[in-house]
Amino acid sequence: MKIHGSISKTASFRTTNAVFIGRSIRLSLRNAEALIMAIMLPVMLMLLFTYVFGGSIDPSGNYVNYVVPGIILLCAGFGSSSTGVDVAHDMTNGIIDRFRTMPIQSLSVVTGHVVASLARNLLATAVVIGVALLVGFRPSANALEWLAAIGVISLFILTITWLFAAIGLVAGSPSAASGYGFILLFLPYLSSAFVPTSSMPSWLQGVAEHQPITPVIETIRGLLTGTPIHDSAWWAVGWCALILLLAILWSIVSFNRKAGRR
Amino acid sequence: MRGNVIEVKGLRKKFGHQIVLDGIDLAVPTGTVYALLGPNGAGKTTLINIMSTLVAPDEGSVKIAGYDIVTDKNMVKRSISLTGQFAAVDEMLTGEENLRMICRLSGLTVAESNVRTVELLQHFDLTAAARKSVKTYSGGMRRRLDIAISLVISRPVLFLDEPTTGLDTISRRALWKIIDQLKERGITVFLTTQYLEEADQLADIITVIDEGRVVATGTAKELKSRVGGEVIELFNDKDDLIRTVSTTGSIHDIRQKLNELASIVSPELRVNIRKPSMDDVFLALTAKEMERSLS
Repeated sequence: MKIHGSISKTASFRTTNAVFIGRSIRLSLRNAEALIMAIMLPVMLMLLFTYVFGGSIDPSGNYVNYVVPGIILLCAGFGSSSTGVDVAHDMTNGIIDRFRTMPIQSLSVVTGHVVASLARNLLATAVVIGVALLVGFRPSANALEWLAAIGVISLFILTITWLFAAIGLVAGSPSAASGYGFILLFLPYLSSAFVPTSSMPSWLQGVAEHQPITPVIETIRGLLTGTPIHDSAWWAVGWCALILLLAILWSIVSFNRKAGRR
Repeated sequence: MRGNVIEVKGLRKKFGHQIVLDGIDLAVPTGTVYALLGPNGAGKTTLINIMSTLVAPDEGSVKIAGYDIVTDKNMVKRSISLTGQFAAVDEMLTGEENLRMICRLSGLTVAESNVRTVELLQHFDLTAAARKSVKTYSGGMRRRLDIAISLVISRPVLFLDEPTTGLDTISRRALWKIIDQLKERGITVFLTTQYLEEADQLADIITVIDEGRVVATGTAKELKSRVGGEVIELFNDKDDLIRTVSTTGSIHDIRQKLNELASIVSPELRVNIRKPSMDDVFLALTAKEMERSLS
């Protein structure tokens, strides 16, 4: 066996990211059960809300148009939560020490998971919208509005995925990451995702109207079905940008602090 | 490069109130196999973690290939490969995918990576399992893959943290052979172990540490000579070892020790005289340390 390479050789930032994104996508594909669950669960919830609860929430039969944006976000939440588990798993495995001791940007291992999650979730969102169209979802959006809606959805997925990644980095184990992440998955229920906030008790209205999920839902709903958006779009983008920034910073700090500890 | 490829001076590290490294000094000559020997909790892994830039030291300095591990982290990373205590392989990927991934991360092109991967799989006898998920690998296969990954690009220094822990005898011997080959190629191998036999067989220089301090450094022969010349062992008729006494090895001393023994134990016991083993060295050195910390 010959000696290969030299001391100065190292991968570029682009190659490093490409390799880690490829790795995470490969892991996602190999973990087919999780992928199917991430798609099936929101679809089942949508059918549940449309056919079981929908009739009593909105007897006109138009509930599917109301609930689809909420289901999309719920779907993004479920799909992203596995990022926390994946990241925590990597952090407890010996391979992270190898990455850290190589002359590369080792945080890219987390970026890889985030990008894979974005791809996975956009796919799941497409499936959810497809099924929604089958069960009577009638969006009024034009091409530009669709594009804007996809943009907002992508931003939301990115934000919540980085948040889950940070949780995965601070959690002691994959199962702990899964447990902490579960709390985040409740947030859509306390928003305008499934029922208008005006139907909630007044103390809850205050919470529901001022939490980040509500403006995101209202923006997507407005873009897809033409309901009034008002200033929700600004709030949605602002909340996402802020949380995204904090989650990334939180991730960087915890990634560096965890070096050498498993 | 001649001289010392690793130089550690006055290294200290505390975790909370617990002192893990209490002033370590080491010098590892280029191209040697250097074994760090010590019981569990002696600070071996912490020392490797600091030398491989994973953990920052509290005090003292470490230079690898002339680069400081704190101020020149990136150049240090270009000079080392780490095979940690737990196999640093990606379980969800196949052996082949693991190798190709690290090849790409080491700056090889796609084509170079493919060639190198085939080469390493062959050399480490993993070709048959190349397309199987690492999850299905045995302990020995994992270790071989682990070391193969560390050799994708030959960096001057290879750290092996307890490379043979949990391996069966055949895998252990195979690994020893690999380490010998690495040395022939001029790579400096720094390994930690709990097995005295391993240090004895493999290492050019052995450093014994205990409770974060260097207890002794030298070749296996030098360390053994510290315990004395010959060891007297006494066995009963059931072949149980009753007593061990070290001597200088001279007729005078052996006779005197035997006379003393004859007066305190049954003269029916059988005598065996042998050279000291690394076990004797280790027990003698760490026992002294224990007495010191108790007093």
